[in-house]
Amino acid sequence: MLSRVADSIYWMSRYIERAENVARFIDVNLQLMLDAPAGQDQQWEPLVATTGDHEGFAKRYGVATQENVIRFLAFDGENSNSILSCLRAARENARTVREIISSEMWLQLNKFFLMVNEAAASGKGMAAPHEFFNAVKDASHLFNGITASTMTHGEAWHFGPILGRMLERADKTSRILDVKYFILLRSVADVGTPFDDIQWAAVLRSASAFEMYRKKHGRISPRSVVEFLLLDREFPRAIHFCLLAARDSLYQISGTTPGTFRHPPEKLLGLLCSELSYAAVDEIVNAGLHEYLDVLQTKMNQIAAGISETFFAFKSPKPAKKSQQSQIQ
Amino acid sequence: MQFDQYEVGEFFDEMFGESGCPRASAKTLVNNIQSLPEGELLNRQRAAERALLQMGITFNVYGEHAGTEKIFPFDLVPRIVAAAEWSRIEKGLKQRITALNLFINDLYHEQKILNDGIVPADIVLSSKAFRKQCMGFNPPRGIWCHVTGTDLVRHRDGQIYVLEDNLRCPSGVSYVLENRAVMKSMFPQVFAQSKIRPVASYPSRLRDMLEFLAPDHVTAPRCVLLTPGIYNSAYFEHSFLAQQMGIELVEGRDLVVDDGFVCMRTTKGFERVDVIYRRIDDDFLDPKCFRPDSMLGVPGLMEVYQAGNVALANAPGGGVADDKVVYAYVPRIVKYYLGEEIILPNVPTYICAEEKDLSYVLEHIGELVVKAANESGGYGMLVGPHSTKEQQAEFAEKVQANPRNYIAQPTLALSRVPTLCGDHFEGRHVDLRPYILYGKDIFVLPGGLTRVALKKGSLVVNSSQGGGSKDTWVLADARVEEQDEFSTTTRPAVVEGHAA
Repeated sequence: MLSRVADSIYWMSRYIERAENVARFIDVNLQLMLDAPAGQDQQWEPLVATTGDHEGFAKRYGVATQENVIRFLAFDGENSNSILSCLRAARENARTVREIISSEMWLQLNKFFLMVNEAAASGKGMAAPHEFFNAVKDASHLFNGITASTMTHGEAWHFGPILGRMLERADKTSRILDVKYFILLRSVADVGTPFDDIQWAAVLRSASAFEMYRKKHGRISPRSVVEFLLLDREFPRAIHFCLLAARDSLYQISGTTPGTFRHPPEKLLGLLCSELSYAAVDEIVNAGLHEYLDVLQTKMNQIAAGISETFFAFKSPKPAKKSQQSQIQ
Repeated sequence: MQFDQYEVGEFFDEMFGESGCPRASAKTLVNNIQSLPEGELLNRQRAAERALLQMGITFNVYGEHAGTEKIFPFDLVPRIVAAAEWSRIEKGLKQRITALNLFINDLYHEQKILNDGIVPADIVLSSKAFRKQCMGFNPPRGIWCHVTGTDLVRHRDGQIYVLEDNLRCPSGVSYVLENRAVMKSMFPQVFAQSKIRPVASYPSRLRDMLEFLAPDHVTAPRCVLLTPGIYNSAYFEHSFLAQQMGIELVEGRDLVVDDGFVCMRTTKGFERVDVIYRRIDDDFLDPKCFRPDSMLGVPGLMEVYQAGNVALANAPGGGVADDKVVYAYVPRIVKYYLGEEIILPNVPTYICAEEKDLSYVLEHIGELVVKAANESGGYGMLVGPHSTKEQQAEFAEKVQANPRNYIAQPTLALSRVPTLCGDHFEGRHVDLRPYILYGKDIFVLPGGLTRVALKKGSLVVNSSQGGGSKDTWVLADARVEEQDEFSTTTRPAVVEGHAA
């Protein structure tokens, strides 16, 4: 397939997944704040901090109130990672590959965009954030379902709905975990209290992981939550699961034998998967979860950059060949 | 909603005869509409608009920050063309395209028609669309104009005239297909009762035509559609057609010339391309051959094309035949190559390059439509009766400065079709653009884009100037034909006007 097309499908999928995760991301904080003991300050700044966009936020909004943060992360057209901007970008990418994706996918993405655009323009999204974030999650799920059942599971599928989406999801799950870390910074006294458990449960819920976690680990404990969201091989929003799926798609795309590599992103991704396969949660937590996630995010960024360089970058043909191979049909 | 208050006015109405009775071809639809419960038609109109919005068949409204998008206005009441009339249109279009193709081929070879003095050589050779780079070239299968969208209008006299030949990159066929899809869901009963000829085969016909052009030695040709990109106003159509044909949609930057072939950049390296349906103007195709500043094209493309290693549709250079001055000579072109009288007449046309015509045009500028030879989309045009004295004087000056570049035609009273206006119907002026594919044989899509001027009294159907579209129903039922009054329509006395 065309490099440009692969690029667009990859980014279309990433942006939709990003929009969904920003919704989850804000939702976890809304849940945490609702459960907060009386008298405790609202904490919205950590949310901006984990997105990495805090400078732009500080300049234009100043104080991190609930309203400011939600407006910035969800509806601000000038914030390129807001839900609105993600949908706009996803749709622009989809527009350039409309002939590759199914009509049903386009229709759903278009409806999704119109819904978000309307919520942003009318202020309905600000008035009822819970409903809005749920609608975003639903629309994203619907899009993924339609994609899985109407798109050929060929190269385009591996580039977009798997590689793009899974890398994005892995990155965002790591940030959802990180939110808890930033909150903890503010309230070290809460560690180990029932309130702490409530917070971890909220983190699980925001990754739609609560019930699945219960089935596997039963009691809420910080270590088990980290193990579940980071290292589980079977839960579809766990980082390890996402990276394994991305790795398998990369093999499918380039036809490489598992366990070997042909280009840098395959090597980096293979290494990272092995690392997670043999990691123990205690080691990670003892060495510092935040630091671990930081390194993990850097590695995932390197993999994404490698994919872009290997598959999407525009290359020039080699100088004219001497042989007349091209005449043999 | 009822038609009893509907007024046909002083125009030819496509749905109702002068007596106010529905034409035979429209009876089923009129009965169906009138039997709908009050308000139902408006509901369906709204449902149709919603469907078009959700399908993303929209254009951007520039300058509005909120990312406002609007659908191309669409009116639910279709234009109906009876079977007998359509068969005449079809014959006329095939005749015209056959002759134009011979004409283009002649121009780039012996130029017999110029040497015989049928068409003045300076008019052709000074046309901006004449490409001397194409001299002596034989396009694959001898075809130059693969896709044509010919604009037809009906005057008050009931006669259908050819208004313009669009041989370059005519757009709009995607609206024909999408409008039909919407109409079928809105009026399933009418489709069941009347025999409306389907249009859905267009993408497969287009693909067959493209594959027909591939070099002989290629067994499984790879066809692509070359678009200028998402900011082009016809981008929706480009992606739609590529999707429906199942071919790649490429931009210039996806293609590269390598070792005498055109290749596209894929995730697995370069892959050869055999046929390009290009929706980019000649000027921008190849910076090495045409405009050097083009960022949209593919450097070296023309060399590969001329070596026969890739086919282009439409062929570069073919635009010379839709120059508005050359248009005036088409009846003579048909006669010259085919020895036949033209079936679908031209609108009488004054050629400003001819002295007699020029003085007539300058004297009557207030009654005429004056057009620049190389403009489209309703630009570079003066509609005499709707203009001020100053505009007329200004245009007269332009014409005198460069008569070669202008033609003039009488202002036509375009026919009308009932159109939903609030809670009632009013007549609105329409034209019709059928689409013709020239491959192994010539195929005319039964239907076409009916453009409608939605502003009351307006004659300008372009979407940029308040135009919308309607579905076009070509009937297949022979019984309807017999009763239809179109068969009695008289031929106009003057076919070529002053050009003769």
